[in-house]
Amino acid sequence: MKRIVWWGLLGLVVLVLALRVAGGEMRSPFADLQGFGVWFAAFLTLAIVSFLYNDNPIYRFAEHLFVGVSAAYWMVMGFWSTLVPNLLGKLWPSLTARWFMPGLAEQARDPLWFLYLIPLAFGILLLTRLLPKGGHLSRWALAFILGTTAGLRLIAYLTADFMGQVQATLVSVAGYTPALTPGGAGVFSFERMFWDLVAVVAILSALSYFYFSKAHTGAFGRFSRLGIWVLMVTFGAGFGYTVMGRVALLVGRVEFLLADWLSVL
Amino acid sequence: MSRFIRFVETFNSLDKRWIFLAVGVAVVTATIFRLTFPEIPTPMVRAIYDKVETLPVGSRVLLPFDYDPGSEPELQPMADAFVRQCAEKGLKMYFIALWPLGQSMVEGVINRVLLEEYPQLRYGEDYVDLGYKSGGEGVIAVILTDLKKLYTTDARGTNIEAIPMMAGIANIRGFDLILNVSAGYPGLKEWIQYAGTPGNIPTAGGCTAVQAPLLYPYHPDQMLGLMGGIKAAAEYEALMMEGYPKFAENKARYLTALTRMGPQTVAHLAIIFFIVAGNVAYQIMRRRKGAAR
Repeated sequence: MKRIVWWGLLGLVVLVLALRVAGGEMRSPFADLQGFGVWFAAFLTLAIVSFLYNDNPIYRFAEHLFVGVSAAYWMVMGFWSTLVPNLLGKLWPSLTARWFMPGLAEQARDPLWFLYLIPLAFGILLLTRLLPKGGHLSRWALAFILGTTAGLRLIAYLTADFMGQVQATLVSVAGYTPALTPGGAGVFSFERMFWDLVAVVAILSALSYFYFSKAHTGAFGRFSRLGIWVLMVTFGAGFGYTVMGRVALLVGRVEFLLADWLSVL
Repeated sequence: MSRFIRFVETFNSLDKRWIFLAVGVAVVTATIFRLTFPEIPTPMVRAIYDKVETLPVGSRVLLPFDYDPGSEPELQPMADAFVRQCAEKGLKMYFIALWPLGQSMVEGVINRVLLEEYPQLRYGEDYVDLGYKSGGEGVIAVILTDLKKLYTTDARGTNIEAIPMMAGIANIRGFDLILNVSAGYPGLKEWIQYAGTPGNIPTAGGCTAVQAPLLYPYHPDQMLGLMGGIKAAAEYEALMMEGYPKFAENKARYLTALTRMGPQTVAHLAIIFFIVAGNVAYQIMRRRKGAAR
């Protein structure tokens, strides 16, 4: 019975859409390539949304198609925007210009061009993972990537997050905000001093909640309970923003369905 | 058992699909009726607008578009507003992308905003699309000292030396402002960490709502302003409408974030109703069970 109702509903929707297309009230999927694209995008949108009711083959088709297309697009973009100009273009500029990118023709070969053989070798090593034997060779390239990333991130976090954040908060707690431009005068602000003080207390109380070497009793217990409230407010703000983000995406898709596909807006 | 208690019991074990349906109906209804509400710009959003407004004509603005179609409904209004304001102010725009699909977002903005609304602007003289580069924060770290090491051509394959507006730019310290549109990693956080803070370059931007709480701590010393989600985009559009009244004439085209805030508000009201009602129903059932024991 349930299945008959669903098929009946689907038939009704198809009939209404067919009548609207026949009456010229909405774009036909066979009129041109753009029309087909809009209908296909609408189908994929509904396929993804159908997961809210239940997992189904149509949803899985849309999901797999999305993953496949994204991966392929990523690979093609990476090849044309990075591998060709930054690797092939450095190693064999005239050959690359002749076959791939005419814009590179005016460029002379880098005197240190042979250094680019190292990333080429590492790139090839990465592909050894696909071979039945010798996959362990890719670890050299992975080790290089991990080491470089760790080094880069360590410095950035120390400068921007650790030092920068401590300075931005504690200096103004002392009642002084440094000048934002070189040679400019510093600013004193009670309001900022107050909010930075709130930030310092909030951070310390939240950290104290995760400090287990001391029993959470007495004044320390009360302070760590304040930390729980800080965490709850933070999670609440995060949840609120997440809801807003997800609803914004829904609004975007609804606008697409109503305006571009159904032409009712 | 009274009818009220039976209702409370049903509500307490409500299938989540009814909630999805209610939110969906709320959004569709508000979208059809084009509900809009006035927006009051917050200081963080106003700071970005004011910064762009005070830049002298010809200033260089780096516009990294680090997002993809998945976050387009939230971020496209911000990107469009940034580009419109830069075009109105006569600033030079340099587009880049650290996300592969960011490249097509840049192309979309160029086609939809610059070519259609500002046909007098010339590619290579007023704006340039430097394209996508893989490497995330590694790209930012390199171009902080040497931009041409990575960017040998623009997105169209033209040699970077042959582009007039690239003359005199050795690295990103040569830019007056970085205006990022970010959907995640790499994004605004990385631009602050690897360019804004070490290079002392004014940095601001818009991000998805999910990211916003993680970025607020950088304000104001390391990030001059932040637009978090569609709400902030609507505030920015309200400022644009105030500064450039011509944008108020075609809301569907220029004020997309403002029109999207109507359904957003209605959906939030629906969600708040379900949260409050769900908690009330839960408490009633809990007390009944406690009394029964």
